[in-house]
Amino acid sequence: MAQKNKASVGKQCVACGACIRKCPIGAITVYKGMYAVVDVPKCRGCGACAKHCSANVISIIEVNNEEKILV
Amino acid sequence: MKKKYWYDYLWIVTILYFTLGFFNILFAWLGMIMFILPLLFAIIGGNKLYCNKYCDRSRLFELLGGRFSLNMAPPPFLRSTWFRYGFLAFFLTMFGLMVAYTYQVFTGAPLRETVTLLWTFKLGWSTAGVSSVTPWVAQYAYGFYGVMLTSLVLGLATRVLYRPRSWCVYCPMGTMTQGICKIKHRNDAK
Ligand code: SF4
Ligand code: SF4
Ligand code: SF4
Repeated sequence: MAQKNKASVGKQCVACGACIRKCPIGAITVYKGMYAVVDVPKCRGCGACAKHCSANVISIIEVNNEEKILV
Repeated sequence: MKKKYWYDYLWIVTILYFTLGFFNILFAWLGMIMFILPLLFAIIGGNKLYCNKYCDRSRLFELLGGRFSLNMAPPPFLRSTWFRYGFLAFFLTMFGLMVAYTYQVFTGAPLRETVTLLWTFKLGWSTAGVSSVTPWVAQYAYGFYGVMLTSLVLGLATRVLYRPRSWCVYCPMGTMTQGICKIKHRNDAK
């Protein structure tokens, strides 16, 4: 399967939601006030969230399948 | 262009709050809304919707965006648990001391008509309206305005160096509400 770029949120996410507000397609949300989660199939890997992440914990990684990414 | 929502304009609240408090310190009490609302969202709703959507402060930082800022990625220590919770503990201690002095004024200590910035600098402030209320009500207003102003100044200073919402990384309110959500959903973490 072709590799695709996807956003991946690190453990030290502060759940501020700055990324939500920058994602053009609503592919990232904050899960129950604890941390951000990426809707991996939806994410286009554009990197807008990573560029604006307040804590700098989002990386854009290449994935082979669209299962949930664990970091 | 992303659709604008009503809460995108909440930065007006920040401007209004600090302007009103500049002329009449009693308006500082309105800041209690910004203190209680996020806690209610976290305690009752188990979410950070306040941070995610309705916080006036972060709407202001988003509005300013990367202007007049080096826009660097924040250093890793800022997001570390020890720094975030350490700063929260420090902030709450200073808040507690402010409340303690308010109590002393309630029991007869003299009113201090100053706003303390960054826990150090005492700024002389307008006394308009102060004589119309009991002294402790005015004392709390001076104290609370100091807390709000301190966090605004820190937030603005942080955004000059780092990304627009880097303050949110160690904002005591944000740390506290995330902590509450984590406790509330402790059996639910992915
Ligand atoms: S990489 Fe782009 S599409 Fe994916 S979550 Fe981030 S902003 Fe949204
Ligand atoms: S911007 Fe970064 S720190 Fe804030 S919620 Fe998104 S991933 Fe987490
Ligand atoms: S972390 Fe603080 S400043 Fe940032 S959105 Fe939450 S309450 Fe507002």
